[in-house]
Amino acid sequence: MNKNIKFIQGNEVCVEAALYAGLEFFAGYPITPSTEIAEQMASRLPRIGGKFLQMEDEISSLCAITGASLTGHKAMTATSGPGFSLMQEALGYAVMAEIPCVIVNVMRGGPSTGLPTHAGQGDVNQARYGTHGDHAIIALTASNHQDIFRMTVEAFNFAETYRTPVILLLDEATGHLREKIEIPEPGNIPLVKRLRTSVKSGIDYHPYLPREDGRLPMSDFGDEHRYNVTGLYHDMWGFPSDNPKIVYGLIRHLVDKIENNSHQIARFRKHHVKDADVLLISYGASARSALHLVENRRSRGEKLGLLELQTLWPFPVDIVREACNNVKFTVVVEMNMGQVLQQVRLAADMPEKIFLANRIDGELITPTDIRNILRVIQGKGV
Amino acid sequence: MAVKDYIRQRFFPHMWCAGCGHGIILNALLRAVDNLGLNKKNIVMVSGIGCSARISGYVDFHSMHTIHGRALAYATGVKMSKPELNVIVPMGDGDALAIGGNHFIHAARRNIEMTAIVMNNRIYGMTGGQFSPLSGYGSMGTTAPYGNIDHNFDVVDLSVAAGATFVARTTTYHVHELSDLIEQAIVHKGFSVLEVLSQCPTHFGRRNKVGDAVDMLKVYKKRTVRIGSEKKQTDPDLIERGVFVKKDLPEYCREYDQLILKARQNR
Repeated sequence: MNKNIKFIQGNEVCVEAALYAGLEFFAGYPITPSTEIAEQMASRLPRIGGKFLQMEDEISSLCAITGASLTGHKAMTATSGPGFSLMQEALGYAVMAEIPCVIVNVMRGGPSTGLPTHAGQGDVNQARYGTHGDHAIIALTASNHQDIFRMTVEAFNFAETYRTPVILLLDEATGHLREKIEIPEPGNIPLVKRLRTSVKSGIDYHPYLPREDGRLPMSDFGDEHRYNVTGLYHDMWGFPSDNPKIVYGLIRHLVDKIENNSHQIARFRKHHVKDADVLLISYGASARSALHLVENRRSRGEKLGLLELQTLWPFPVDIVREACNNVKFTVVVEMNMGQVLQQVRLAADMPEKIFLANRIDGELITPTDIRNILRVIQGKGV
Repeated sequence: MAVKDYIRQRFFPHMWCAGCGHGIILNALLRAVDNLGLNKKNIVMVSGIGCSARISGYVDFHSMHTIHGRALAYATGVKMSKPELNVIVPMGDGDALAIGGNHFIHAARRNIEMTAIVMNNRIYGMTGGQFSPLSGYGSMGTTAPYGNIDHNFDVVDLSVAAGATFVARTTTYHVHELSDLIEQAIVHKGFSVLEVLSQCPTHFGRRNKVGDAVDMLKVYKKRTVRIGSEKKQTDPDLIERGVFVKKDLPEYCREYDQLILKARQNR
């Protein structure tokens, strides 16, 4: 059988993967550098009987996919920094009402309009803390097209497994980069289907009562079970409640269902980490440069390793701590002012041995940039 | 069926104040649904935030109580992904036309089949009586202590201009007309807007010294007329009730079905 090999943009890979995962509904609003995702969806979705909607803004885009998800369809939106900011309230609603959906944020330089056509990684913290109130969130990323495919499918799988919105943080550099991708055969990557209730018609169905394994079977709007969905604290029927026991139970559930499964959700790649005495930690486009440097220095006998994070939230604390403990020092490589650095320092036993190699000028960080910082840390001078 | 078969008794008593008009709208809505013989499982009610928005919890349909102003956006996702469902979107005046104004005009422009009911009590009730974009010039509110200098939208004119294909208005005094218009709005194949003047004696009534609920209902009786009434010519300030627009234009979900056929042919 011929392999399905394409030479396409990262944004297009995301589209291929979403369709592979069973996407049926997309709503979005044009914004650089994510627009290609909407354009491709407008073309591809109707051909398979799916729906593409261009909404009046990013707020309504996230609202529309949330509504579509409740009728039993896998749904997604894609945006970039400013649009992601607009989505924050609706994101909190999807968290609270436990509605699976995928939000792609192709990151650009911020704040505000910032650098629409340049790469940035400044939305890591917004993905985690952007919406108000305590909550947990899943955010994934990837540095190359094969992994963008994989992580997009994983995003849909996690959304269904944990009944939650999942954020896919891509960046302008990988989103617009063209490289080879082999589209996996159907079935090669397992897909998580919507878990639907087995409760029969006429019997009381509890949409917000977790099973023993923590999962909550759903019932589609339009099916027999009619229930209430709200952004207020609510009981097992979805009815609003301010009973302290119910409020406490729900917030614990919303946080625990994700934080307690952080090991299941953690995705990462280790490149030459085993015997490394200096470790780089990176993700997304920055990890491409970090990997290049590692391969380059390895060929010269330097024991440099790279821990490439693909799950950014919940932050893989144990994996990062262990990796940092086994090296002389660690350098976090990213295109922001140290958003993941902060998390690595919190995770590490010796935060004073964690350093930052970053670029915040809209240019992709290069292997030379990283090497120069390594030399400074090692006292070799630039 | 009896009206009580359409409500979630577990959710009662409701949280609306004594004398509030919203309960009358709920009653008329359920009678309309009953008259049409709709199956409860084919109805989705999507609401936003505010006193009006609580209506979705009380009905035994699929119900979604969403975020402020965005009910129509959520409803658009529901309807597009399952067009066979009847989607009813009750909204308050602030919900529909202040924070949700953009979604309102765009849903009307698309002519997507759903029933938007603007429960217009001319005030933000849940937050305690601030003026809304429908309060009107000179009205009093906690954020208009010297009288409101904001002019109001006319819901009917706005809806017509935005492209809604069914536009009607009535009040909570005219209960039979209300139920009948809700029926017509639900049956209409396109975006329908029904503005219902609904009294808020607690906040609007008190602050504007227009009396209690009964006094406010009497105003609806005296100061509104059917469309085309001769009285309106001698007294132009009277508010007209009835169906202002009813036209047959391509509906969005059906248009999308055609688009799917086109896309499949071009493949």
